[in-house]
Amino acid sequence: MSATTPHPHIDVKEFHPRAHEALHNPQIRQNFRKAMDGLMSKRKAAFEGWDLETLRELGANVRLRALANLPDLLEQLEQKLTENGIKVHWALDGDEACRIVRDICVAREAKSVIKGKSMVSEEMELNHFLEGEGIEALESDLGEYIVQLANETPSHIIMPAIHKNTGEISELMHEKTGTDLSHDVEYLTAAARQQLREKFMNADVGVSGVNFAVAETGTLCLVENEGNGRMTTTVPPCHIAVTGIEKVVPNLADVSALLALLTRSATGQHITTYFNMISSPRKADELDGPEEVHLVLVDNGRSVIYQDDELLDTLRCIRCGACMNHCPVYTRVGGHTYGTTYPGPIGKILMPHLIGLDEGRHLPSASSLCGACGEVCPVKIPIPDLLVRLRRESVDGDKLHPAKVRGHGAKRTPLEAAIWKFWSWMHSRPGIYRTGTRFASRFRKLQPARAGAWTDFRTAPKLAGKTLHQQLRERGK
Amino acid sequence: MADPIKVYPSKPDKVYFFGTCLIDMFYPDAGMAGIQLLEREGIEVIFPQDQTCCGQPAFTSGYHDEARSVARAQLDLFPEDWPIVVPSGSCGGMMRKHYPDLFKDTADEVKAAGVAGRVWELTDFLLNVCHIKLDDLGEPTTVAMHTSCSARREMGVAEVGPKLLGQLNNVTLVEQARAEECCGFGGTFAVRHPEISGAMVEEKVETLVDTGARAFVTTDCGCLMNINGFAEKNRHPIAGRHILSFLWERTNDDKGDGQ
Repeated sequence: MSATTPHPHIDVKEFHPRAHEALHNPQIRQNFRKAMDGLMSKRKAAFEGWDLETLRELGANVRLRALANLPDLLEQLEQKLTENGIKVHWALDGDEACRIVRDICVAREAKSVIKGKSMVSEEMELNHFLEGEGIEALESDLGEYIVQLANETPSHIIMPAIHKNTGEISELMHEKTGTDLSHDVEYLTAAARQQLREKFMNADVGVSGVNFAVAETGTLCLVENEGNGRMTTTVPPCHIAVTGIEKVVPNLADVSALLALLTRSATGQHITTYFNMISSPRKADELDGPEEVHLVLVDNGRSVIYQDDELLDTLRCIRCGACMNHCPVYTRVGGHTYGTTYPGPIGKILMPHLIGLDEGRHLPSASSLCGACGEVCPVKIPIPDLLVRLRRESVDGDKLHPAKVRGHGAKRTPLEAAIWKFWSWMHSRPGIYRTGTRFASRFRKLQPARAGAWTDFRTAPKLAGKTLHQQLRERGK
Repeated sequence: MADPIKVYPSKPDKVYFFGTCLIDMFYPDAGMAGIQLLEREGIEVIFPQDQTCCGQPAFTSGYHDEARSVARAQLDLFPEDWPIVVPSGSCGGMMRKHYPDLFKDTADEVKAAGVAGRVWELTDFLLNVCHIKLDDLGEPTTVAMHTSCSARREMGVAEVGPKLLGQLNNVTLVEQARAEECCGFGGTFAVRHPEISGAMVEEKVETLVDTGARAFVTTDCGCLMNINGFAEKNRHPIAGRHILSFLWERTNDDKGDGQ
């Protein structure tokens, strides 16, 4: 199995059946609606009194500046980290990244790994890989822990278990860990904390993600709320951070703007509970911290995206999840419907690069292009424009601008292509258009009451007796 | 996304009117209402009879060769330097925001940019260029308003509709929950993903009905067709109109003229 494919149990192409299932599951509908409504209002409140547009502009510029110099910054980052005593590894894809993590574990004779939250490790399917190698990998983020207990994948990049309500979580913990059934969130959290503490104390290796890697100082920044990130990166004797190559920023000062945007966009928090800055292993005079620290820089298709002026914008993403929280499609179908590591709007534009448009052909079309995602994106990624770009590639639909994403043209069908060709022919010829529409209006009584999928949910639109063209011609226009 | 700063032209003597294909075939009264509102402001309206469609359906479906061919057929229809007004945020957004990209690196690049720069969403034009003053002649009524996503986010005119309705003394405007959320139309999205689109319009209709208003107005005929179609099929007690039809009817003595 390639690590660039999604979770082994989920077929991306089955988007429609999963959407059907989710839409007919009142619990899922209710859980997501409630959660997203809450997140939207929290974000709104968190930005009150801020000049949001100026801040977004700043955030976008920080990311654009970083990406413009990405190769140089990565070199600078490697040099600074090495100077600081952190070992840097480069991985071309998820498989290679997994092997690097394994080799470090093997060298330390590690049997158990405790993990902080990391979407790149989901992308690599690291847990799955380590299990196959006989190494236990336990998630320590509460949401990830719940999802792992349920043998599921995260349904959101910030709140992995957001698809479950308290009752469902209580039953799951009862069944898997013997925790008493309870609707008391405090109690359930305390129980999970108890279960995880023991693992932290005994883990041989801690694996974490990275929110920002600062080239100037060689600092790995990690944002989190529960303290598990701090435990993961300090308690075990060895810490391995994994990150996509795009997470690097030039200067420490850049982090402040991005952090202000990240937490407010994600959960509506002004600041997170913990902000970790890791710049070296434990020093001789220090009492705690790991003996060795590694950073695995994962490419996994990113350098291919980087080559394209438009698609490059995808790499600005700081993984806040605001686009999901505001997406009317994500809200209705939930994260698992997408069948991809990254769900929602960002997933629709990122995943086709990672898995190809042949696998992910349904993703770019599963949007009404309402623009809510682009409107809230803290770094101004033009998500709707990129969706249209990928739709074009999925039907191979532009001779002027050739496609570049693997699997382009996979969604094209002869019938659909013929329909658009006819549509284009008719609408490029005013005389034929006027005759056709006049004819349709005159014989509108013959219009069928059913019009495909449209009339499964709605009545058919009614043609007017006279087109606007006709009415105005009669007025002498 | 919306322009950071909009520079409105001064009120012109003449405008080009681009009617949109949905208005042409399904809602010509909205087009007529728009034209009559402009004429009442003393503006001469030129309607090039050779217009068809802005090309958006093919554009958003990924068929850009086909979209470009249709869009190109519109480019020569507006030779004078007059504003081009469009009674739709969606088609207006296509022409203003996407024509330059669609014709990038082609012989029509400059012409497309020239057209794009003159395109205005009609309600925005009436309010901010014509500085229209509306005198309400209708009975007291309550309406909700649904602003299309393209009018709201692409053309940045979300505040225009409420301001125009606010000029009508006998109209009470009520806001529904999640007013900024998409109704689920999305052009071909409604057909490609009918169930998701259906779930979206279902919730949109529910929130509109929950306002207690029995009528709503909207900036775009796609939303109108979607919301009205769902409400009608499921017998919900709400029905919508294009905002231009509504504005014209309430401010015009001769009610038969616009039909």
